[in-house]
Amino acid sequence: MSAPSTAAPLPIGQPWRKPPFIKRPWLRWTLIIGFIAYLIAAFLTIDVNWSRVYDGLERGKQFVLAFTSPDFTSRSGDIWEGMIESIVMTVAASVVGIAISIPIALGAARNVAPLPIYLICRSIIAVSRALQEIIVAILLVAIFGFGPLAGFLTLSFATIGFLSKLLAEDIESMDRVQAEAIKASGAKWTQWINYGVQPQVMPRLIGLSIYRVDINFRESAILGLVGAGGIGATLNTAFDRYEYDTAAAILISIIVIVMALEYLSGVIRARVQ
Amino acid sequence: MPVRENGSLKVWQRRSGRESLFHWLIWLVGIAIFAYCWQQISNATTWFFVWDAPRISQDIWTRATPPRWEYISQLGKPIWDTLNIATLGTIISLFLAVPVAFLAARNTTPSALFIRPIALLIIVSTRSINSLIWALLLIAIIGPGVFAGVVAIAIRSIGFCAKLLYEAIEEIDATQVEAITATGASRWQVMAYGIVPQIMPAFAGIAVFRWDINIRESTVLGLVGAGGIGLQLSSSLNVLAWPQVSLILLVILAAVVISEWVSAKVRAAII
Amino acid sequence: MLRLEKLVKTYKTGDQALKAVDLDIPEGQVLALIGPSGAGKSTLIRCINRLVEPTTGKVWLDGTELTGLSSSGLRRERRRMGMIFQEYALVERLSVMENVLSGRLGYVGFWRSFLRRYPQSDVDEAFRLLDRVGLAHMADKRADELSGGQRQRVGICRALIQNPAVLLVDEPTASLDPKTSRQIMRLICELCRERGLAAIINIHDVALAQMFVQRVIGLRFGAVEFDGPPEGLTPEVLTTIYGEEDWEATIAPVDEDEETAVEAAE
Repeated sequence: MSAPSTAAPLPIGQPWRKPPFIKRPWLRWTLIIGFIAYLIAAFLTIDVNWSRVYDGLERGKQFVLAFTSPDFTSRSGDIWEGMIESIVMTVAASVVGIAISIPIALGAARNVAPLPIYLICRSIIAVSRALQEIIVAILLVAIFGFGPLAGFLTLSFATIGFLSKLLAEDIESMDRVQAEAIKASGAKWTQWINYGVQPQVMPRLIGLSIYRVDINFRESAILGLVGAGGIGATLNTAFDRYEYDTAAAILISIIVIVMALEYLSGVIRARVQ
Repeated sequence: MPVRENGSLKVWQRRSGRESLFHWLIWLVGIAIFAYCWQQISNATTWFFVWDAPRISQDIWTRATPPRWEYISQLGKPIWDTLNIATLGTIISLFLAVPVAFLAARNTTPSALFIRPIALLIIVSTRSINSLIWALLLIAIIGPGVFAGVVAIAIRSIGFCAKLLYEAIEEIDATQVEAITATGASRWQVMAYGIVPQIMPAFAGIAVFRWDINIRESTVLGLVGAGGIGLQLSSSLNVLAWPQVSLILLVILAAVVISEWVSAKVRAAII
Repeated sequence: MLRLEKLVKTYKTGDQALKAVDLDIPEGQVLALIGPSGAGKSTLIRCINRLVEPTTGKVWLDGTELTGLSSSGLRRERRRMGMIFQEYALVERLSVMENVLSGRLGYVGFWRSFLRRYPQSDVDEAFRLLDRVGLAHMADKRADELSGGQRQRVGICRALIQNPAVLLVDEPTASLDPKTSRQIMRLICELCRERGLAAIINIHDVALAQMFVQRVIGLRFGAVEFDGPPEGLTPEVLTTIYGEEDWEATIAPVDEDEETAVEAAE
């Protein structure tokens, strides 16, 4: 089976090179040189105070050591209150956020909603996703005053952008035939959503919701930095006072709760699917 | 048993009696928990401020518009710093995430009993702590500045990148690896020829995706003193210079939109 | 040249894939391994180059005991055993040339292979082999752009560039259409003859095996049931290997069919 297709002489004795990823040489070299130039410029503009960093190593060591002996007791009241507040904010914001994002997701799915509603819902999602939690929190604290209400509203708002977008994408990619079959039976719009759409997207909705609870908890830990309630304020104080053992205790609590949530979400997702 | 015998009549129900009771109970508990949470939030809120909120937001709006456009001349360096924090942080984190991912993936870890749990612990602990908290910590240790921001972003991204990467490693086609092994290749050669080409697209996608997220995160790191445009935001907020705040927010919004666009373009080009 | 002594493989689940297999393959002999799915054909081949670690027993290649080697010694011996896979097992995102050159990995150092700086003689040999299988013009294509038959040819080149003494071939035709299957089998057998290579070919298709090989081993439940020339595969023998079935229809017509089919293929 020597194929007749090799009309050209074999390149015996010639070196072989892997063909480059970017074929046009000028583009390749521009990208490489540009990237290296950027890296150099970036490194040069970061002025690192090396003596300060060197001094910091000792504190860094102390902090790492603090993890081996975290202090849960001396500020247990603050930690406990902060944690409860974080959890309360997470739960309330997740419930409200999920409840609001379901209708918005329906509105943002082109195969379910008419065009005007689609555009409105998509712009709500876009605004919610473009604004970060912490910036929203700053504005809401300025408006509503310090406290967990601002945090709760922030997290609800962020949940809407996240959940509606992913859920809307799921609705748009659902199986048309199943939904059409329900429509063909003469169902009303609400019945159609209930029987044709809901069963198809339910597992994904549950999975995403749990994932969002996880994210909300992690975010709730920083909202306290700007006065929007939760464990963040306690943590900030601990850092300010160089109480590394208390800070370590808080961080360990956060990590444990996140791990527990991840474990829980794994269990629930396995049961739903 | 959804069908219940009612004399000669068969009544179809969605759930049996006990099941529906259980469902109601779950709903009841859920609502009770939510009510309790709301109660807590409500107690901690000064409702007077909330009723006053429309007036205050009106007030802030009139103060913040129009933005102080000429202030943008002072934002060049902070924007450059923000870009550097995100980019350098992403690059450093990728260097650290690759070995962690290989140690964490079931099919490449040298020891599933000892090393894998350590790698997973690194992943979960760096992932569950927000970059702002890492920045706080690093500022306490090495002092405020861009460098603390870079390191904070780098640490925060390790877990994220390593998690996605090790999932990609676990999904590779094992026969390709087997074929390279069968040629007599060494462990490192098997890695370079059998595994790396297979995870390359995932790696590039993760890198760009994380860079996009890091741009967002680095815009606010300055709030705690870790450099970038957030520093300007925080100082403007402190002096209640609302026209500057609104301009900075617009700039951040633009940065977020541009970085999302770039990352979408690059990912489309790779895949 | 290749000798298996009481080779046993018991998986962790307790399945005994191989039950004390003895086998002796002289230089240059092409041998087909037939048997039902799960008879242990794949395991047998993989136990030879220790992609699967045998539980007990010994494998000898030219006087070297493979089963007792350290990992670096094993790598050195693996170079002398080329392997061809069922699903081609090319690294799909590498180019054809890189895939062929990856057969030399056991001979070059890590950095050389990492930077793709192979010795000129390897590159020349790779081009010669690609030309031999009719794919020289495809050298810089990515492997996933190739058709099944082309990929298997690249797989053959990768095995041959190792300069092996024996080929281990695992279901080379299972993913190919009948015509390409014959071409690939013929190519493998021709190349073995040209280079005086021994080969063990795992194969499902009894008729195809009979067409090309000198010796057939029938495996059933991890034990050798038949060992002899292809003509010896009578319906009775096939029944002991595979179980009750009307074998006349499988063997006889194919033999007559062969000439016309081969002509059609060429």
